[in-house]
Amino acid sequence: MNRVEGLAKLSGAERYTDDLTVPGCLWGMTVRSPAPRGRIREIKFGKGVDWSRLTVVDHRDIPGPNEVYLITRDQPVLAAAETRHMHEAVVLIAGEDREMVRRAVGEVKVIVDPLPAVLDFRVPPSRDQIQHNTDNILKEILIEKGDVERALAAAPVIVEGVYETGAQEHVYLENQAMLAWVDEHGVVVVQGSMQCPYYVLNALNHALNRAESQVRVIQAPTGGGFGGKEDYPSNIALHAALLAMKARRPVKIVYDRGEDMAATTKRHPSRVVHRTGVDQSGRLLAQKIDVVLDGGAYVTLSPVVLSRGMIHAAGPYFCENVRTSGRAVLSNYVPHGAFRGFGAPQTLFACERQMDRIAARLGIDPVEIRRINLIRDGQTTATGQVIRDGTDRLALLDKALDLSRYRRRRDECESFNATHPYLRRGVGIATFWHGAGFTGSGEVYLKSRQRVAGLPDGRIEVLSANTEMGQGTTTVFTEIAARHLGLDTADVAVAVPDTSRCTNSGPTVASRTAMVVGRLIERACDALLVKIGLPPTARGKAVTDAIVAWHIANPGKALHAEADYQPPPGIKWDDTTYKGDAYGAFGWAAYVAHIEADLRTGAVRVTDFTAVQDIGKVLNETLARGQVQGGVVQAIGWALMEECKWKDGGMINNQLTNYIIPTSDDVAPTRVAFAENPYPHGAGGAKGVGELPMDGPAPAILNAVAMATGADPCTIPLTPERMLECLPSEQPA
Amino acid sequence: MRALLPNSLKEAMAMITAEPSPPTPMAGATDLLVHWPVLGAARDRTYLDLSALRELRTIRWDNGRLTLGAMTTYWDVVRDDRIGKEFPLLVAAARQVGAIQIQARGTWAGNIANASPAADGVPVLMAYDATAELISPDGKTSEVALDRFYSGYKQMAMRKDQLITAIHLPRRAHSFGVFEKVGARRAQTITKVGVAAAHSDAGWRIVVNSVAPTIRRCRTLERFLDAGGSGKPAHRPDDLVPLLAPDISPIDDIRSTAAYRRTVLARLIYHHLRGRTPAIV
Amino acid sequence: MNNRPEPTNAIEIRFMLNGRETVARIDPAERLLDTLRYSLDMTGTKEGCAEGECGACTVLLDGVPVDSCLVPTYQVRGRDVRTVESLTPQELQPLLETGATQCGACTPGVAVTGCWLRRHPELLETHSVREVMAGNLCRCTGYDGIVEGVEAAMRGDGMKKKA
Repeated sequence: MNRVEGLAKLSGAERYTDDLTVPGCLWGMTVRSPAPRGRIREIKFGKGVDWSRLTVVDHRDIPGPNEVYLITRDQPVLAAAETRHMHEAVVLIAGEDREMVRRAVGEVKVIVDPLPAVLDFRVPPSRDQIQHNTDNILKEILIEKGDVERALAAAPVIVEGVYETGAQEHVYLENQAMLAWVDEHGVVVVQGSMQCPYYVLNALNHALNRAESQVRVIQAPTGGGFGGKEDYPSNIALHAALLAMKARRPVKIVYDRGEDMAATTKRHPSRVVHRTGVDQSGRLLAQKIDVVLDGGAYVTLSPVVLSRGMIHAAGPYFCENVRTSGRAVLSNYVPHGAFRGFGAPQTLFACERQMDRIAARLGIDPVEIRRINLIRDGQTTATGQVIRDGTDRLALLDKALDLSRYRRRRDECESFNATHPYLRRGVGIATFWHGAGFTGSGEVYLKSRQRVAGLPDGRIEVLSANTEMGQGTTTVFTEIAARHLGLDTADVAVAVPDTSRCTNSGPTVASRTAMVVGRLIERACDALLVKIGLPPTARGKAVTDAIVAWHIANPGKALHAEADYQPPPGIKWDDTTYKGDAYGAFGWAAYVAHIEADLRTGAVRVTDFTAVQDIGKVLNETLARGQVQGGVVQAIGWALMEECKWKDGGMINNQLTNYIIPTSDDVAPTRVAFAENPYPHGAGGAKGVGELPMDGPAPAILNAVAMATGADPCTIPLTPERMLECLPSEQPA
Repeated sequence: MRALLPNSLKEAMAMITAEPSPPTPMAGATDLLVHWPVLGAARDRTYLDLSALRELRTIRWDNGRLTLGAMTTYWDVVRDDRIGKEFPLLVAAARQVGAIQIQARGTWAGNIANASPAADGVPVLMAYDATAELISPDGKTSEVALDRFYSGYKQMAMRKDQLITAIHLPRRAHSFGVFEKVGARRAQTITKVGVAAAHSDAGWRIVVNSVAPTIRRCRTLERFLDAGGSGKPAHRPDDLVPLLAPDISPIDDIRSTAAYRRTVLARLIYHHLRGRTPAIV
Repeated sequence: MNNRPEPTNAIEIRFMLNGRETVARIDPAERLLDTLRYSLDMTGTKEGCAEGECGACTVLLDGVPVDSCLVPTYQVRGRDVRTVESLTPQELQPLLETGATQCGACTPGVAVTGCWLRRHPELLETHSVREVMAGNLCRCTGYDGIVEGVEAAMRGDGMKKKA
């Protein structure tokens, strides 16, 4: 079926937060820290505006703890005595006249006595830079299998590599925006752009010191998230709520692009070191991997990003001896956060580039080294998980090679390169994996509960806290419920995610929505059948009629049914030793990139791209294909052109003119193919598709560049400037 | 912030005369309105809106010259087949300005007056030996060759009370012409380094952007090319670097580095001109 | 969000908006984007960057796509403006079917430019669809759904596409 809300989006009728007209609403804006670290000595208010017409909020106005509720409560809602990063929110201002509020922000000076700031996460901190525990380490994890040191000592060949990736800005086309007001019952209501209404609810309850019934969170249509609206909305929601409570008027905060880019989360920068022992045929004997992530100034989600990154770091391969060590460390930058892939793109970039470099060192084909090492059913991962899902990973690779005409293209590239004065073409591959849903027992801790309702007219309503942000939630939920009960899709409605009506079905992250929540919807539908006295096989008109009959017999009552998350049987995970079944299921993929590099300018263009993946079951072809194509282009941007430029801890290229994302003319069409191997515990057999596509393109592209030019790039973004620097010196240009 | 809205050129000049200090002329506004909401006090000035001056949005041909009225947009040129045939570099450059939304608003004259070191219109105009026609408040007109128009960063041979009314390009037979702009991506990109090169009976023109405080001709290299290399042709891009050095001064900035600009410029010129002149082999 | 007090130096602008004669009293400092969204409650046109890069604010001015965040409203006096609200469901249908929209934030701008191209098939003699659409940034679709939607619409109109 076509996207449910597609026509509303195409016609411009869909109303996002900034499109909402609210009588009596004030504009809210934020005064931010000018320094990466220091003690806030004083806040000076200038005389250029009439302060009597404005509402001002600082940390003293926070009713509860000055903490943004997440994993660790180290991040303040508003900076009080100290600041730990540039652009940290300090003071909030609201007023009727947007221009006046803007001027007012400029009239406030935050005076900071600087302290030594950590501006390079790769450098061990000095004593006066310690701000977290005793070592600035936000989280540390170790994964061990076998005996890596012994295996390395015995390995015939050892290949080392150091791989670095930079921060990436989400650039959702709709900037962060939040609206807040206090309703006639004293309930604080927040409505805005977000991925996780219950994360926002928890944060509001905590810092505003209110019971759950005294706060209500509603998701407005959200113009893109990619993880950037996973945790940050809690911050902006608190800001809007605090202003609304003090001003006793509704308040709307809408970031402009420059503020959004500079002040909100980005992908964790990384440095990954590989030391791999192999035999002459290319078989992996030992993988020693070290991962360091730049967490930014507060813990926020770094422990979980590190976790996923490390679990994926050894790649979709079998090796008896693996040691992956890793840390997320503090720096005085805006905290880094969730971004599609969540640590895996960083470590898989390193892994897949390392595989090609190993192949080059041994003089074997990059395809062959993957054939030898791709994990087979019955073999174990680095955490000791036995893979036995029946996916033919070699066939995936073959299909990608076939669809991309890999062999023939390689030969064509070689002939082309021999004659052209300055263009070089190349083909590169990446094979990879992505664990579906939360790691280990994450879903169990979430305790998701999904509700469906039977409406008086016989239709079904899905009351989910999971959100549509473009990936197709509304459509997929409609289809799942309709298919499960044999109804027409027109007889299924999906409610606006509203914490006053929808139970907590968990956050919209980790590619869990279709797979996990979809399955919960199916089971909630089953529970509904029980409630209306129908057998589990009931379908279609029988269901509709029974719902109508129930309402006639129970006038004025609501017909709800719920399902609680149950983990799939046989999943065992130990959080302290990092051993066991990290994920219930993995998506598997093989990607092939064709590139053309211009030796005159260092510019690299992707001229053809093939993406083949097993995502269990394709629930909606257009939506799934859209996720792959969108993820591939976002990853191409990360690999080749998206670079955050910093000065004194702040992003200085925080405009779309200078932070470069791909336009339609920068990329070729992405050829997509799916293999299906249904996952029994995912809705309809689905395994999750949103993040997987982010993991493959960057290494595939750099592997293609290496083939084309003989260069050995190991850092992204591979900008033209960096490309020129890593070209071997005997290039003709 | 005030806006003056004349309906004719005559009215515009009268408004300039009546103001205590010259207002800021506004054509397509593609530079002036960038980040408008956060410009704050920077936009508290008086603007002179040229958009209603239809008499300035003309394209005229006569035996010797093509004349673009000052309000001619990039898109006007892209869609003009005749210009595409005789002045292909204008179309090549226009197509690489931003995207269609910018091409539809940006004017060639605005590009000249904005005087950005990264201007995309000016290099090809200069490569075609264009002149700018200026009008003063008293009605007097004058013509200035573009390659003598800029004396330093944002300094030009135009007073603040003058307007550009037209751009004239001499019609010549060109035996060679190329424009290449290097940016961070294909479309919507500010030039990191760019070159417009043309050859006619008037000689070689090599005009570069983003490698100096102004758009300028590389006269040292032009003389070398006009002399056919004087028996010592350039064999590699590096051979061109000392020939470019006297006329360029690239810098490190938010978009790129001096080293990149210097290297890439030499390579672009080398590969485009190699075999098209005895001076580069 | 229409808490906009009448500016002290308001001027009156008359222009054609989606085929109808429209009069707006504006602050000279208004951009066309502001007038559309906050004075005329036509929120289909979106603000994404305020610098003419993303194209989310694309409208047609005298029949050509422009970024309305870079147009002072006074410059549209006596001229013709068309916004996404002027597009019909029939015109939009091809885009719906190919997945041209995901989150929708870039979509109105994409629809305006795409439907404009569709009405000017002669442009494909010199431009590719991707070049024409390059002024509309999208972060969700990777552009395939958009380009396929425009191409499908134009094929339906009987035009050959340029690759």
